[in-house]
Amino acid sequence: MSSHVLSLLVEDKPGLLTRVAGLFARRGFNIESLAVGHSEIDGLSRITIVVDVEDQPLEQVTKQLNKLINVIKIVELDPVQSVHREHLLIKVRVDNTTRSQVLEAVTLFRARVVDVASEALVIEVTGDSGKTQAFLRVLEPYGIKEIAQSGLLAIGRGSKSITERVFKN
Amino acid sequence: MTTDPSPVPTPSAPTSPAATDAGTPGKSSSRSTPENRSAPEVLTGSGAILRTLKHLGVTDVFGLPGGAIIPFYDELMAQTDIRHILVRHEQGAGHAAEGYASASGRVGVAIATSGPGATNLVTAIADAYMDSVPLLAITGQVFSTLMGTDAFQEADIVGITMPITKHSILVKRPEDVPAAIAAAYHIASTGRPGPVLVDVTKDAQQNSAPFIWPPKLDLPGYRPITKAHGKQVQAAAQMLVEAKKPVLYVGGGVIRAGASPELLTLAETTGAPVVTTLMARGAFPDSHKQHLGMPGMHGTVPAVLALQESDLIISLGARFDDRVTGKASEFAPNAKVVHVDVDPAEISKIRTADVPIVGDAKDVIADLIVAYEAAAKGGAPGTAGDTTEWWTYLNGLLEEFPLGYTEPADGLMSPQYVIKRIGELTGPEAVYAAGVGQHQMWAAQFIKYERPNAWLNSGGAGTMGYSVPAAMGAKVAEPDRVVWSIDGDGCFQMTNQELATCTINNIPIKVAIINNSSLGMVRQWQTLFYDGRHSFTDLDTGHGTKMVPDFVKLAEAYGALGIRVTSPDQVDAAIKLALETNDRPVVIDFVVSRDAMVWPMVPQGVSNSYVQYAKDHAPTWEEE
Repeated sequence: MSSHVLSLLVEDKPGLLTRVAGLFARRGFNIESLAVGHSEIDGLSRITIVVDVEDQPLEQVTKQLNKLINVIKIVELDPVQSVHREHLLIKVRVDNTTRSQVLEAVTLFRARVVDVASEALVIEVTGDSGKTQAFLRVLEPYGIKEIAQSGLLAIGRGSKSITERVFKN
Repeated sequence: MTTDPSPVPTPSAPTSPAATDAGTPGKSSSRSTPENRSAPEVLTGSGAILRTLKHLGVTDVFGLPGGAIIPFYDELMAQTDIRHILVRHEQGAGHAAEGYASASGRVGVAIATSGPGATNLVTAIADAYMDSVPLLAITGQVFSTLMGTDAFQEADIVGITMPITKHSILVKRPEDVPAAIAAAYHIASTGRPGPVLVDVTKDAQQNSAPFIWPPKLDLPGYRPITKAHGKQVQAAAQMLVEAKKPVLYVGGGVIRAGASPELLTLAETTGAPVVTTLMARGAFPDSHKQHLGMPGMHGTVPAVLALQESDLIISLGARFDDRVTGKASEFAPNAKVVHVDVDPAEISKIRTADVPIVGDAKDVIADLIVAYEAAAKGGAPGTAGDTTEWWTYLNGLLEEFPLGYTEPADGLMSPQYVIKRIGELTGPEAVYAAGVGQHQMWAAQFIKYERPNAWLNSGGAGTMGYSVPAAMGAKVAEPDRVVWSIDGDGCFQMTNQELATCTINNIPIKVAIINNSSLGMVRQWQTLFYDGRHSFTDLDTGHGTKMVPDFVKLAEAYGALGIRVTSPDQVDAAIKLALETNDRPVVIDFVVSRDAMVWPMVPQGVSNSYVQYAKDHAPTWEEE
């Protein structure tokens, strides 16, 4: 099994997410990560999905997704040719002895402290999953109280855009 | 407001539903009459549904009203363009619309109210999804202001049907009605056909809006591919020229695409053998000498082994269903596969295609004929495959393993004989709609089909209860044809209430109940694979039982002619009487042996090489 990142351009219609998620469940594919938001065009949304499948089933899931009327375009983003980011908010336990060590890790990882309390810090970090996982490993010994994590976001490198390609024809 | 007192000249309905101009907005601006050019006519949402259906060329709908769709029915009553047939159960409306579509190629329309009305359509919608039937389901929904509150008769039918529809649309405003219905119709009938559901809230039906026609169809994500890639077609043609053991594996897509004439030309040009799947019976004439019959679990030995031992399978609108392939990993191990389908997702889903061709079967086959002729002419000498040996082998199989049956050991009437006689006495111009089970397989085997759309059945979903309402729908679509429902005693008890609909609405279908007093196909499996433990498969409708219900009395109660046949010498007379009776439905209770089994058979989960001609009788096949 290997992870594939799919970028879907979809019509922003009620139930759209149910249709996409339902299709994955029904056809037996596992969604690792999901991120949904507006695209640069009114009425269209972009969904970034990470799915853990072999190449052959990936082709099948892509074809099935394409059959959904409200799905306009699906592109698999090659990790080399695209930028991947995820965003985490982490609540980590601190006290007077550990606070400075945690702050040092924050600086090292170019993360930011967004909330301070006497016994905890809320830290935000952005990066690909390699970086965020490494950061979590560093914070682990201090005691992670809570994590809120976004789905993976991804976009192709260079000047071309998926939307331009779709609407050119 | 609810009616149209001075009808404006209505725009001419498209003559062919397939060529509806709904898909090409802006084409028919000349339709408006002078008085409504400036201000479009204001219609309620209900009126807009009706007007849209009329513009789309819909002439018949099947349905049953309820609270959330009363506004629509109120206006339906006030018009004469669309014939509404009141069913007795919404499932009947769904299957009737399917039968209507399958017999005629036109879109079938089923209407139901919210909640249970809509959920009763679910089985038929799932059935249409599996068999790619163009079905438009229109359901009433509770007021938009009540949605999500568990209101009376509320069900999220759009959500419920998401996995079993090609698309679904919720309409909450009357101004959205024309575009929603037109889009649904367009989606249902183009590309790979399928069911589309439009759920219209009661306030959207009641409120009014200007009716603008044609509406703008905004479907940026829907572009079915119909014209195939030329290079792929050439590659397929070249392989077909070189193949020594080719087979044309024909599926239901050929019927949906109306590609039977092209298929006949392709077969005769190439000389390749043809097999027609359960969904494709009639796509190629059974009388044709290149036809090997139906492949699959209960296919003919020649058809099963032709696929299994082939070196080139040209799949046309078929989907390598498990009932055809047997154990997929051992299916046709030496065959290259050319897979033609209008749905890209079918290609390489089960069996990896060597040459994938996405396109409409009608167009692709036409292109393939041209490419084949070019390749056959242009090929280097000696490259063309010689199929003489292949045909010698296949003709040997045809001779050694013809379709047949043995008389049941209990001395009672053989169901195969009954079905065979129905086909022989009625002929190929009739429509035959089967239920699901043994009688379905026998009807697929022993009735000879010579034309597409003559054979209707629930192939993918295997829906018991399909037959009677589907036959009813077929008779409405094709009133001049004889329509037989070939049903089982189990299936018939699921939807026979539509006989009332048939009698009241003068839809004289003919029902042949192949009454073996049991859920026969399950019983056959219990006999073969579960040590004869017949767990809950007795229905007590046949020989030596209480015969509950009495099907003849039931038929009479419904105003139909009821006939009981218990011995072979009565069969012909009963069928002839049924064929002569056209003032009401006919039900013949053919009380047959329960021990008859469907043969040949490939047991589930094994290679097709293990096809059994009859019990404990496997043919020999070429050793690899």
